[in-house]
Amino acid sequence: MIPAVDYIRILPELVLSIFGIIVMMVDPVLPEQSPKKPLGVIAVIGVLAALAATAYQPGFYGSAFYNTVSVDTFSVFFHVVVLLIALVVILISFEYLDVQRIRSGEYYALVLFGTVGMMLMSAAVELVLIFIALEISSISTYILAGMRRRAAESAEASLKYFLLGSFATAFFLYGVALIFGATGTTNVYGIAHYFQTQQASVLAYLAVGLMFVGLGFKVASAPFHVWTPDVYEGSPAPVVALMSTGPKAAAFAVLLRVLFATGAPGWFWMVWVSAALSMTLGNIGALVQQNVKRLLAYSSIAHAGYLLVAFAAAKQVGISAAIFYAASYAAMNVGAFAVIGHFASEGEKYVTLDDYAGLGRRSPLLAATLTIFLLSLIGIPVTGGFFAKFYVFSAALQSNLVGLTIIGVINSAIAAYYYLRVIVYMYMRDERVEAPVARIPAGLGVGLAISLVATIYLGVMPGRVLDYAIQSAQDLLK
Amino acid sequence: MSMHLWIIPLLPLAGAAVNGLLGKRFPRALVNAIALGFTAAPFAMALWVAAQFAGLSPDQIPHIERYATWLSAGAFSAEYGMYLDQLSVIMMLVVTGVGFLIHVYSVGYMEHEGGYYRYFAYLNIFMFFMLTLVLANNYLLMFVGWEGVGLASYLLIGFWFLKKSAADAGKKAFITNRVGDFGFLIALFLLIKHFGTLQYDSLWPLISRYPVETGAAGLLTAIGLLMLVGATGKSAQIPLYVWLPDAMEGPTPVSALIHAATMVTAGVYMVARSHLVFNRAPDAQMAVAVIGTLTAIFAASIGIVQTDIKKVLAYSTISQLGYMFMACGVLDYVGGIFHLMTHAFFKALLFLAAGSVIHGLGGEQDMRHMGGLRKYLPYTFWSMTIATFAIAGLPPFAGFFSKDRILWSAWSSGYHVLWLVGVITAGMTSFYMFRLWFLTFFGKYRGPNPETVAHGHDADAQHAGHTGAVQDAKDAHAAAGSHGHRSPHESPWVMVVPLMILALLSLVGGWAGVPHSLHGSDRFGTFLSPAFNEASATPGAAAATPAEAKPESEDNSTELAFSSISVGLAALGFLAAWWLYYKRPELPERMAKAAGGLYTLLLDKYKIDELYGAVIIQPLILLSTNVFWKGIDQGLIDRAVDGSATDAREASDAMRHMQSGNIRSYAGWVAVGAAAVIAFMVWRGVR
Repeated sequence: MIPAVDYIRILPELVLSIFGIIVMMVDPVLPEQSPKKPLGVIAVIGVLAALAATAYQPGFYGSAFYNTVSVDTFSVFFHVVVLLIALVVILISFEYLDVQRIRSGEYYALVLFGTVGMMLMSAAVELVLIFIALEISSISTYILAGMRRRAAESAEASLKYFLLGSFATAFFLYGVALIFGATGTTNVYGIAHYFQTQQASVLAYLAVGLMFVGLGFKVASAPFHVWTPDVYEGSPAPVVALMSTGPKAAAFAVLLRVLFATGAPGWFWMVWVSAALSMTLGNIGALVQQNVKRLLAYSSIAHAGYLLVAFAAAKQVGISAAIFYAASYAAMNVGAFAVIGHFASEGEKYVTLDDYAGLGRRSPLLAATLTIFLLSLIGIPVTGGFFAKFYVFSAALQSNLVGLTIIGVINSAIAAYYYLRVIVYMYMRDERVEAPVARIPAGLGVGLAISLVATIYLGVMPGRVLDYAIQSAQDLLK
Repeated sequence: MSMHLWIIPLLPLAGAAVNGLLGKRFPRALVNAIALGFTAAPFAMALWVAAQFAGLSPDQIPHIERYATWLSAGAFSAEYGMYLDQLSVIMMLVVTGVGFLIHVYSVGYMEHEGGYYRYFAYLNIFMFFMLTLVLANNYLLMFVGWEGVGLASYLLIGFWFLKKSAADAGKKAFITNRVGDFGFLIALFLLIKHFGTLQYDSLWPLISRYPVETGAAGLLTAIGLLMLVGATGKSAQIPLYVWLPDAMEGPTPVSALIHAATMVTAGVYMVARSHLVFNRAPDAQMAVAVIGTLTAIFAASIGIVQTDIKKVLAYSTISQLGYMFMACGVLDYVGGIFHLMTHAFFKALLFLAAGSVIHGLGGEQDMRHMGGLRKYLPYTFWSMTIATFAIAGLPPFAGFFSKDRILWSAWSSGYHVLWLVGVITAGMTSFYMFRLWFLTFFGKYRGPNPETVAHGHDADAQHAGHTGAVQDAKDAHAAAGSHGHRSPHESPWVMVVPLMILALLSLVGGWAGVPHSLHGSDRFGTFLSPAFNEASATPGAAAATPAEAKPESEDNSTELAFSSISVGLAALGFLAAWWLYYKRPELPERMAKAAGGLYTLLLDKYKIDELYGAVIIQPLILLSTNVFWKGIDQGLIDRAVDGSATDAREASDAMRHMQSGNIRSYAGWVAVGAAAVIAFMVWRGVR
């Protein structure tokens, strides 16, 4: 008999799934060619309800469903991050779908289901459940990537993401199978117990490596990053906002569990090399990009690298730095893609740097907002991006990772160049083509406001979130 | 007792907010009133605070105010708080005082410019960050100011954003500074790692416990060197000085405020603030001295041949900052800050006067097209004269006392080579400054016929409507009629009055530090030196620092003798400039021809920009372009997308056009990566 409290422990997931189903059911009732905004409103209500459910959870910490789900500060933190991402993404999609004439009601349902998968990833402590959650989130995003049905590159993005993604999850699944073979369990705490008491076998090492490959793909870290620029370029901008932050944050949460909660062996150099490669390849690759979506795709590879630096730093400081980084990266990156999606206009025509020339004059508010997100991505103080980098590198140095810190620091200096290039184009170049900018609709306005407030809040008053991240790290290591 | 120091930086921020958000709709007079009001107020408050500070007893210094915990992460925490000691009092007064004067001047100088409100909003933001930098009570808050002034500087250099060179210069300044900033940031990480705090008051006692790292370089040497990397970026020292000359693309008052008087001195302030670290790290301290001295002579040599009036002043700033580092490097922090202060006066004045000249000539910056201006711009001429004598180091002007103090400190602490280089540089300084003086104000006017000189600003910096060509500017102004001036003219009062005040300060500013050898009482030194007291870590305790325990009386005559050497060289510089640029103006060209390669090398600034471009920037771009852009991006993907995107209507079409080849190659990448991971993990497991 499953106790009732167990259902509270998966309440946010339940609530959001129900709302996803409602969206699916209402969709056929709506006239076929009408805008699907009512579905979006239902989705927003669903996310808010799930947030409320998450807020209810802190009284009910503990594990549920025969130790497959664990609700603690760690899971609650990632629930909130993922839900906020979903909220902003849905808000910015209202107008985007109209402009792009996407009439698919399942769009919102897929966002909700994907979010359920991401939330479950951060709460699950059973590798099989983690795999299922990972698939729920991945399959939703595969389809979302292809939502611009009229655009060839969108279909291409979807197919590439799907084929390569399946390839990568196969590695993860294989890793899960091997770890079961090595330790006799797929429960994170069971594995932790095994690693504490027994000598790890070759099989266990191999399993950790394979799981890292699968998750490395999901977070777009080198050398498993190659899909990123294509997929980000082709997918609808709000979907990129989602998949560059949500599944990434969730996959990092899983990686934290797999590497640290289990006390897995042998990962250090693997993570070190991947971090160094991601930062370097991401930043150098971004230098010459002309397409802003590609540019931010490379940037997201680089940011995965910074996050992995925190992983390499390990222990409590590193873990809390990684958690904080995931949150502030989500805030600024969702915001940046929100602006890009709005500005891209019909058919995503305006996505190159040349189209951004003179944006500062044509749409001062939008340009200023994007500038703040970009400054945060550079890591300028009083933005979340600064503290995120600050904690990561200070954690790395505290763990004596001098080499990795220097690589990271040099990379940050290089990175300033290409973010600044966007700002220079917006403010300091004359427009060649007059790319029109529509007025900022309400949904986008609210979405941008949330991202902006979060980005600044994390820069000016990072204390509470950081305390929470530290608490989460402690809970994770328990 | 709280002095509510937080109000001081927040006032300009409020001004920036009001002007930035609403200024577009305000009339100019209101924008002026807001910008000036919100910089006059912090200056007034700074004076009040200084008066309060004078009343504190030694055991109440440093006066620390804590407002809130900014962040706390485990054992580490940082506050919003302010730290007031002798050093920050002086910095605060210089920043608010000179800052206010330059704001006043800007009202006249920027009168005809578009984006007026934006300019003042940026300028006020700069004041906010600069005051945060000097008043912060921990390194992290200082770093916020440190990055913030860089950002404000970037915005202001690129103010004329329609001009590509200005935009590029802004970007160059920003990125060069990023390199330096990360040195500083790593230094902070090391401090956190080893001391667990960045609060000055908890840090000083911890550092004090460390012995001097004489034998082997250790932690503090590393921290000191990394801080120096940060300082070379912000204060434009070798090797990161390259951004400052380009930064002259910004409006001239910006050059005066940010790139001469305040922001660029942040590095000196940081080194002085961290004196406990440098005192214990002889190698780092030596590096500071050597880099400062090298920069001083290096930049001065470039300044000798420049023909753009602002470029001369830019290299001169770099050179003078070098002196300040030299002072800090020989542990005469008081001398460094003293020179920082006097330099703020006379260099701000030089820039503003140069701006007045440029303004009066309708945007001309080339000294070869000036000459004889002293009768057209009498007030500008006289204030420029005082500033020139001050920077040349002639008594009794301000620069003499501060520069001589530094040179004497270098000699008396045994750095004889540094002293020699410093003294030669002093001669060069005098030469290139008087060269500027003679070229600009004496001889015959060499500009276009005064009858046709148009009025405008930095010629190629005309705003949107004006394409930048002088001809166009002239037409536009002729059409406007109202300010079509006919000949070089004196600037309006709102610009001249700040010049006069700064001229007064450039004259008397040094008198606060008349050394004992000249029967002065060195009140500046007496006031400031407690801040650099080794025991300043613990309030109230008094102990003599090694640097302070210099025997004084018997050295007086030697000191005087050394003073006369540098004054003699300065006079020589004057005479040379007089001979070459006044008496026999045809000579310099012949000499330039005779010098040939050397002259060109100087004119090309030793080709350092080209060197950096070839060694650092080009390879990076090539790598990015060839490997990532052409190799992976264009070669494989874009061809597929470009070919299909235009004509494809439906997804099925897209499928047909898509290249499956790159999916295979991507999968290949993943597989290779996975193979590497598998091999490594198996190896780890077997071992």
